[in-house]
Amino acid sequence: MMNFSYTRATTVGDAIEAVAGDPHARFIAGGTNLVDLMKYDVERPGRLVDITRLPLKDIEDTAEGGLKIGALVPNSDLAYDTRIERDYPLLASAILAGASAQLRNAATTGGNLLQRTRCYYFYDAGVPCNKREPGSGCPAKTGVNRIHAILGASDSCIATHPSDMCVALAALGATVHVEGPDGARTISFEDFHRLPGDSPEKDNTLAHGEMVTAVELPAPRFGKKHTYLKLRDRLSYAFALVSVAAAVELDGDVVGEARIALGGVAHKPWRVPEAEALLKGKLPSSSAFEEAADRLLKGAAGHGENDFKIELARRAVVRALFQAAAGTPQVQSSKIVN
Amino acid sequence: MPQDARSAPEPVAVTLSVNGETHSVEIPPSATLLDVLRERLHLTGSKKGCDQGQCGACTVLIDGRRVNSCLQLAVMNDGREITTIEGIGTPEHLHPLQAAFVTHDAFQCGYCTPGQICSAVGMLDEGHAHGPEEIRELMSGNLCRCGAYTNIVEAIEEVRRAREAPTLKAPTLEAAE
Repeated sequence: MMNFSYTRATTVGDAIEAVAGDPHARFIAGGTNLVDLMKYDVERPGRLVDITRLPLKDIEDTAEGGLKIGALVPNSDLAYDTRIERDYPLLASAILAGASAQLRNAATTGGNLLQRTRCYYFYDAGVPCNKREPGSGCPAKTGVNRIHAILGASDSCIATHPSDMCVALAALGATVHVEGPDGARTISFEDFHRLPGDSPEKDNTLAHGEMVTAVELPAPRFGKKHTYLKLRDRLSYAFALVSVAAAVELDGDVVGEARIALGGVAHKPWRVPEAEALLKGKLPSSSAFEEAADRLLKGAAGHGENDFKIELARRAVVRALFQAAAGTPQVQSSKIVN
Repeated sequence: MPQDARSAPEPVAVTLSVNGETHSVEIPPSATLLDVLRERLHLTGSKKGCDQGQCGACTVLIDGRRVNSCLQLAVMNDGREITTIEGIGTPEHLHPLQAAFVTHDAFQCGYCTPGQICSAVGMLDEGHAHGPEEIRELMSGNLCRCGAYTNIVEAIEEVRRAREAPTLKAPTLEAAE
């Protein structure tokens, strides 16, 4: 690990000033991804600004009937918060599907959004990678790409975003609160992460020196009609090959509102409102769910080893929509698929 | 790259509270908690397996919560209460989980065991494991290359049940012998 200087921030303003004024400075909170990447020489910050003692650890009710989650709330505290368990069980389930208990205890809400891809080539500082060294190339396209993107990829990059929590936040329509040298702003969740395009080195739309301060959830809906279905190479503690966050609101017998977000398939949580709209007014059925899945996966393309993900995702979407519509969400401690 | 040319920053003074004892050390900011515990404080119970947060052998408790000490910068834990396996029990007074690991033969080489036990202590305090299935899921951050999982789950489940129903006899050293 490269050495670096260290400062501990006591206010949000001090932290932002310290990072904004130094192009090689980075915020650090849980550190579960940043410290790992520093050991691999992938991240080489000259200065770390420790934000763990800032007052961003509360989950507050909002005037709109939702919740505002402080950026430093640990993943485990969020998943087991009684309001999250009761009103946003999809989010709790997705968090508990990710990482290990130790990592969830250390990792923060803001940090979960900012974790970087687990593409093998990104992690190997000895090979080219456009995300790590812009312009150097992408060996993943013709290499070992079982875990890589099938949607929204570019010639520059076929990496995926690894988060489970973010897939649920996308489905729930969360908002990200950030503060930076130019003040505070909010970013809708779908605009927070970005597709790789010609600049895969940028995972998200934050400017240098901007800090995630909170994630806001709208008022709860969907009740028990949700699921987080995660498919992976082992039963626990592995990144998703494909995951689906699904939530359904029934209007009598037919679907009123549906939400579907995919993880493990793109550079960001994958959501297509047109696919969700196809379900409106339809009876829950294989044909309706398959039609939505096909629209969601329109344009999907494999790169060899990950071709299987297209059909896997299609089937996972259908299964997840049945689970959600029936109000029988996937249990994360039991791997029996309902 | 200019950041490659920088000189090493000065060591920083850090006060670590480990197993109830206070230690003042001067360390580079890049030192992980695991390395400081093992190399500076000579508490070698916490093991370095993968050094990447994937195996759990380095698990310790910080302010009572289990975390991977290999992914913690020591400097960030100034003033926090750290508990390692050396603070969980002693050969004369084993923690119930340690005794249960002995009676259930829950290890072979033993390298993952300190992390398994620290993790299990943290998990039982968290209170979200209600049976073997949940123990398996919530202990999935601790790998055992010898494959002692079946006995590890049985050992933890015995202690969990004893804690839930205090009339059940908790494992003791005598039981281990």
